[in-house]
Amino acid sequence: MPRQYSFYPGCSSQKGASSSNYQRSVETMCSVLDIQLNDIPDWNCCSASIGYSGGGELPRIALSARNLALSEQAHPDQDVVATCAACWLATREANERLQHDAQIMTETNQALAEAGLSVKANKKIRHMVEVLVEDIGYAEISSKVKKPLEGIKIAGYVGCQTNRPFGIAGESFENPVYLDNLIAALGADPVKNYEKKVSCCGGALAFSEPEKSQALIKDILQAAVDNGANMLVTPCPVCQMNTEVYQDQINQTYGTNFKIPVVYYSTLMDIAFGKSAKEAALDGQIIKAKQLEDLASK
Amino acid sequence: MTATEKYRNNFLQEVIANVEEGEWVRMCMQCGVCSGSCPLGPHWEHPPQEIFMMIRANKRQEVLSSSSMWYCTSCYNCIARCPRGLPITHIMHGLAHYGRKLGVAPKELPTIKFSMLFWENLVQKGRVNELKLGLRLYFMNGFMNGIKTALKMQKIGLGMFLTKRMTPMEMLGGHGCKDAKGLQAILKKAQQIEDAKTVKQG
Ligand code: SF4
Ligand code: SF4
Repeated sequence: MPRQYSFYPGCSSQKGASSSNYQRSVETMCSVLDIQLNDIPDWNCCSASIGYSGGGELPRIALSARNLALSEQAHPDQDVVATCAACWLATREANERLQHDAQIMTETNQALAEAGLSVKANKKIRHMVEVLVEDIGYAEISSKVKKPLEGIKIAGYVGCQTNRPFGIAGESFENPVYLDNLIAALGADPVKNYEKKVSCCGGALAFSEPEKSQALIKDILQAAVDNGANMLVTPCPVCQMNTEVYQDQINQTYGTNFKIPVVYYSTLMDIAFGKSAKEAALDGQIIKAKQLEDLASK
Repeated sequence: MTATEKYRNNFLQEVIANVEEGEWVRMCMQCGVCSGSCPLGPHWEHPPQEIFMMIRANKRQEVLSSSSMWYCTSCYNCIARCPRGLPITHIMHGLAHYGRKLGVAPKELPTIKFSMLFWENLVQKGRVNELKLGLRLYFMNGFMNGIKTALKMQKIGLGMFLTKRMTPMEMLGGHGCKDAKGLQAILKKAQQIEDAKTVKQG
């Protein structure tokens, strides 16, 4: 029997969207690990961390509550799992607010009733890396490795929202080690004490304040390069996009020479599991991950 | 009676009543840890600790019209570190929202515009259409500026397109919820309840 979860894919995972490659690599990873993701039927956007100008507290909670209500209906016994850090965070925050505030709960259900729905908020809301670390475990992940990522040095860039305010159980805010452990479980070499591991990439402000955010991104890349990293790995679509796609602009502004691939943990795992470049969604890299491509074609 | 009239002399009470997580502002002990935590700190006119002090000093106009909160990247550093456990990120979002709603937030800030575009985009179909959002973002400062930004971003757009991480098909409709109508009804009701609370308390 596969492990089953009620899955919240999120907007950026959709076909033709910015992290569709993440989604494809996760599907491959889940098939190897015997994980079954059941999409929440007709899920909607969570408003991420940037919808607050137009959306006040209750409308934003109502967005996530609709997803929870649909999940409770369709998959009553399954934890909710998200792959996007912002989706996970927004959903988990809404869930906790509903659990702890009776008035919010009542008001949210009044709003949901407009579409014939109601929410209990009685589920656990988890990020995919929690499933990997807590339900699957490093040992089982290691046991699936067919092509160890030997000789590849990787900076585990955790970023903000999978780390704060909730984080992964048992990890510290300042130096979480689950990505490093995962990198090591795949046979690669994690950068120890990566100084920018939990630094902010600017998040959504990379769009609205590009210069200011690119100054942050530059430091994240520089610290990885200074530590001899061949690539970055991240669990967050916003981190991935921000650290990958602006490297050219940063090079122009700062006279730097960055051309360092940034991959998702799931892509990394797929390659180590012996899957093809396509199954690992390596074709989604704007900066090609040559070492992983070579390994995939061996 | 409007919030302004009722709370003219007590902005703290107004924040407690009308701003998300506003009741926490009382708990701040002014240690300054949060202010040292913001990634875009140098760009904040008044860092969070100062904002909390100004709320208590009744500086209503200065706080609500400040650009400060709009430089919050939602990094949650402050929440992780605050010795008093204040949900600072949410208070910043709440103050930003409240100032925008009252029409006193600075109009020309890119993040306000982007945040509004994002919300409008998601309300339309229940899911965000990245291409339309991106294009409206580039053109939000007028047509010529839009062309300039689009040209600057052209290479990135091409990279995204070639790796199938962006599709022109989104212009023709693209992704959405089946029950977008239901979702809109939910949001409308939630908004009504929230507005009623603000007016009632205000
Ligand atoms: S860290 Fe907390 S207690 Fe200290 S100034 Fe900031 S909000 Fe106040
Ligand atoms: S979440 Fe916002 S207020 Fe808190 S440290 Fe980050 S930028 Fe500053």
